[in-house]
Amino acid sequence: MVVKVYGPIQAACPQRVLACLFEFGVDFELITVDLDSNEHKQPDFLQKQPFGQVPVVEDGEFRLFESRAIIRYYATKYGDKNRNLYGTTLEEKALVDQWLEVEAHHFNDMVYTIVLQKLVIPKMGGRTDFDLVHNCEKKLEQVFDIYEQRLSKNNYLAGNWFTLADLSHLPGIRYLMNECELGHLVRDRKKVNLWWDDISNRPAWKKVMQMFNGQG
Amino acid sequence: MVVKVYGPAYASPKRVLLCLVEKEIDFETVPVDLIAGENLTPDYLQLQPFGSLPVIQDGDYTLFESRAIIRYYAEKYKTQGTDLLGKTLEDQGLVNQWLEVEAHNYHPPLLNLVLHIMFSPHFGIVRNEQVINESEEKLVKVLDVYEDRLSKSKYLAGDFFSLADLSHIPFTSYLVGPVGKEYMIKERKHVSAWWDDISSRPSWLKVLEICK
Repeated sequence: MVVKVYGPIQAACPQRVLACLFEFGVDFELITVDLDSNEHKQPDFLQKQPFGQVPVVEDGEFRLFESRAIIRYYATKYGDKNRNLYGTTLEEKALVDQWLEVEAHHFNDMVYTIVLQKLVIPKMGGRTDFDLVHNCEKKLEQVFDIYEQRLSKNNYLAGNWFTLADLSHLPGIRYLMNECELGHLVRDRKKVNLWWDDISNRPAWKKVMQMFNGQG
Repeated sequence: MVVKVYGPAYASPKRVLLCLVEKEIDFETVPVDLIAGENLTPDYLQLQPFGSLPVIQDGDYTLFESRAIIRYYAEKYKTQGTDLLGKTLEDQGLVNQWLEVEAHNYHPPLLNLVLHIMFSPHFGIVRNEQVINESEEKLVKVLDVYEDRLSKSKYLAGDFFSLADLSHIPFTSYLVGPVGKEYMIKERKHVSAWWDDISSRPSWLKVLEICK
C-alpha cells in the first residue's frame, strides 16, 4: 500500500514531504486538495486534518499531519536507507532538530508572510502591505547573514552532510527565488549561494520540481 | 558537570527545565535579562546567534531551540524518568505532530497576547488592541480543535503525557495568569481538565519553585 499525501503540489508544505519521500525512495500517491475552492476547509478534509491545513499523510491505518513531523517520522522509519539525513548520533540528530526549528520559526514565518502579502492577497483582490513585506525582508537578511556564518564553517546547516534541516528550506527558498523576486537574498551571499545550488540540484528535489512543473 | 540552561525567568526555557525535571536530569540555570538586552551581547550571540532563549551547554555540547532540546533529552534518557516520547514509532510521530501544532498554531497567537499584554512597552512592542483581539480569535479556533481532540484522547498524542503536552505548559500558565484569559481554558470542559492535570504535575510545581 502506498503512502497517500494530501495537498496541492504548488504548496510549500506538501513539497517538503514529497522531497523527503523521494530522498528515501518511499512510494506515494499525491491526492490534490484544491485550496482555491476551500476544499481544505470542508468537513471531509477536516476529518483528516482538523486545522484545515495541508499536507496530511495516510499510511495504511496511520494518519499524520504537520510536514515537519511527517519528515521526522519517515526519516526515522527508513533511517537505514540514509542515516545522515537525521544524524548518526543523538547529538547530530539534535542539531538537525535545532536547525529544523530555526527554519520553522525564524525563516518560515517571514517567507510565509511575504508569500501571503505578495501573491495570495492580490490574487484574492486585496492590497499588499509593502511595509510588512519590507520588514520581513529585513529580518530575512539577518537570518541569511547567520546562515552565511554557519555555512562558512560547515557544508550544511547541521554539519557536513545534507539533512532534513537543509531539505526543509527547499520549498521556501524556491518561492523567494521565483515568485517573490527576492533571489538576491541568496545570490548576494557566497556560502548561502553555493549551498542553495547544491541542495536544489539534488535528484529528489528535481523530481518534486518535475511534478510542480506538470511533468511528473 | 551538569547541564546549564540559560534564561530560566522566561517561558521557553521553562519547557527545557520541565523536561529535565521529568527525566530526573541535574541542571543549573544561568540568568539572562532580556529587558537589559543580555541576550544581545557578543558572548550570548556566540552561543545563540539569533539572540533567542533558551540555549543549553552540556559539557562541550551547545544546543538551542527549546523544542530541539526537549526532543534530545527525552530520547537520550528514554529509559530514565517519565517516558515523554511514547512506545512506538507511530506514537513518536504523533508526539511530533502535536509539538508542531503547538509551535505553529497555538504558540503564535498566544505569544502575541503575551507580548502585547505582559511585555509592552518593552522590546519595541506598542500595545495594539486589534492584534490582541485577532490573536484571541485565532487561539479560540485552536482551542476548539483541542477540545474535540481531548474529548477522545486523555493527552494530545494519546493516552500518555508527552513532550507535546509539556510544551504547552509555560505559555499557557501566562494565559491563565498575567494575561488574564483563564476563561479560554475554563470554558472548555476537556481542555480545562487537561490543563488541571498537566499543570499540577510535580515537575511544573518544582520548576515554579526553582524560578521564584
